Amino acid sequence: MGKGKDRHTELGLKEEDLIEMYRYMLLARFCDERQWALNRQGKAPFVVPVSGHEAAQVGSAWAFERGKDVFCPYYRDLALVLIAGFSPKDVFLGLFGKAEDPSSGGRQMPAHWGARDRNIITGSSPIATQCLHAAGIALAKKIKKEDAVVGTWFGEGGTSEGDWHGAMNMAGIHKLPLVFVCENNMYAISVHESKQVAGRVYKRAEGYDMPGFEGDGNDVLDSYRLTKDAVDRARAGEGSSLIELRTYRFYSHTSDDDDRTYRPREEVEEARRNDPIPRFEEYLRSVGVLDDGIVDEMREKTKTEVAEGAKTAQEADFPDPSTAKLHVYADLEVE
Amino acid sequence: MATMNVVQAIHDTLAEEMRRDDRVVVLGEDVGARGGVFRVTHGFLDEFGTDRVIDTPLDECLIAGVAIGLALDDMRPVAEIQFADFIMPAFNQIVSEAARIRYRSNGDFGVPMVIRAPWGGGVHGALYHSQSVEALFAHIPGLKVIVPSTPEDAKGMLIQAIEDADPVMYFEHKKTYRLIKGEVPEERYTTPFGKAAVRRTGGDLTVVSYGLLHHYCLEAAERLASDGIEVEVIDLRSIYPLDIETVLESVGKTNKVMIAYEDNKFLGVGAEVAALIAERALFELDGPIVRVGGPHVPAMPFAPTLEHWFLPDVDRLEQEMRKLAEF
Repeated sequence: MGKGKDRHTELGLKEEDLIEMYRYMLLARFCDERQWALNRQGKAPFVVPVSGHEAAQVGSAWAFERGKDVFCPYYRDLALVLIAGFSPKDVFLGLFGKAEDPSSGGRQMPAHWGARDRNIITGSSPIATQCLHAAGIALAKKIKKEDAVVGTWFGEGGTSEGDWHGAMNMAGIHKLPLVFVCENNMYAISVHESKQVAGRVYKRAEGYDMPGFEGDGNDVLDSYRLTKDAVDRARAGEGSSLIELRTYRFYSHTSDDDDRTYRPREEVEEARRNDPIPRFEEYLRSVGVLDDGIVDEMREKTKTEVAEGAKTAQEADFPDPSTAKLHVYADLEVE
Repeated sequence: MATMNVVQAIHDTLAEEMRRDDRVVVLGEDVGARGGVFRVTHGFLDEFGTDRVIDTPLDECLIAGVAIGLALDDMRPVAEIQFADFIMPAFNQIVSEAARIRYRSNGDFGVPMVIRAPWGGGVHGALYHSQSVEALFAHIPGLKVIVPSTPEDAKGMLIQAIEDADPVMYFEHKKTYRLIKGEVPEERYTTPFGKAAVRRTGGDLTVVSYGLLHHYCLEAAERLASDGIEVEVIDLRSIYPLDIETVLESVGKTNKVMIAYEDNKFLGVGAEVAALIAERALFELDGPIVRVGGPHVPAMPFAPTLEHWFLPDVDRLEQEMRKLAEF
């Protein structure tokens, strides 16, 4: 085994967990790179990038129990929904707006995730609305005495919305089994954190009678540790927590944005030097979980999986216009 | 059958539905300890407890958003917005979320939620306790908008709303709460949405309305009857789905139609009803389609003289009906 300091055993993570977490980070990154390539080729009209957020998303999502807990993500959570049960093919079906897109059957823009069978609650474009749905679902779990925890994810911009404050308030009052995870990348499109947040996000927890923590969102183990503790507290009936994971997005807000108008290149380059994927890889090598052979094999396999998913999705059918009036109501036809 | 007023019918029905189905919960401002400012949930906290009778923070956006979450987890929330006038902070959650969740998820998710709110004027409620908001929501695909005007319908439509798989905006005219009494069948029944009620038959003129004005129209129609003018009076009951067939059938018989509503006349429910009649029954008409609605001022003012100026009363409705009958 390697000679680096073991940080994962005390967190209850086994080698299989670590390899899976690393694999999901790669999968998200390669999906992102592929969707940008497709965008540049004119084959994907709109891309919401995830790159830079992989550690925060994989670390926090790993703390939840799939099949039981509930995910209320926001649009940047590509890595998170992969863990919750999306395949790369599912991601690209959404990217192209194909009929089999599990989120919406091609009705919503890409990255508006949702799938009932994976406990991913459907999301919209207005910011932080999902936080109140998460509070309602957590309240339902509490009323029904179900052993499930709800997680909701958002950026620091989302913490300006009334919906977010309402959700925090409701969660604090009722000690809901709900974990708030802020992926703070310092920019809401172009608006810097200093113009967005008075004080600090995690400190707002105190005002809502719950614990708040900040962590290194570029460190998957730190992201996992803080979120796991919060999930454990929620499951034990001790109520909600707010976790602020500080990270950075490497690309523009979306493919329709140009971050050169508001972010200095040096800042982006500096952030890329702190890329969460090589950081985790370095750790895994240091504790002997990964070596060149395994890394090469995993990268190759993951890239192939992404390429195949994208290809299959690209060949899939678009929705038929005759279906566009379905599902407005359960029991009414519309004109 | 028992005789009761509208608020009693809603109270009793909601309590009965909560006894019947554990998934039904009520939430809103003052619904618990106070039993609702109009006493709709009086006694609920004692009977059903704090898990199912939830006094929420003073945050309408929260009320709607949390109700959506409850519904997504297979509860049957009945949320109360204390006055329809205060629903605006919840507008985004209702319009962008509740109304679109089924459509945007391609049928994967649904929101079986009821939002109850007292609406309408004639109670000295001024700008912020008198508004009509039904047209704002009827414009939104994905919502059902219900405006019962009798105790019997209040019961049947509330049960239908709770059973519905989609979000239902259930608007209760606050002046009818204690003013309007009627017989209510004791057994459990539903009143289907999208079916208007012909409350009075007549061959000379059709009058379409809902809420408080429907009762005023019935009274005005009786006055005309003493002069030999027979008015057919239709209570829409449901704004969406809208039962235009019943209206067209009546217009085909009377050839004259008036639509009365207390919302601002411009782009109100009457505008859609008039447009549908014009599209589908223009050549049945022997006179112009008449709309009686609120003037284009932001809302009903407070002073009695100003409130009277805004809200049509029986005298004014009678005059308008008479004018059209004589056309």
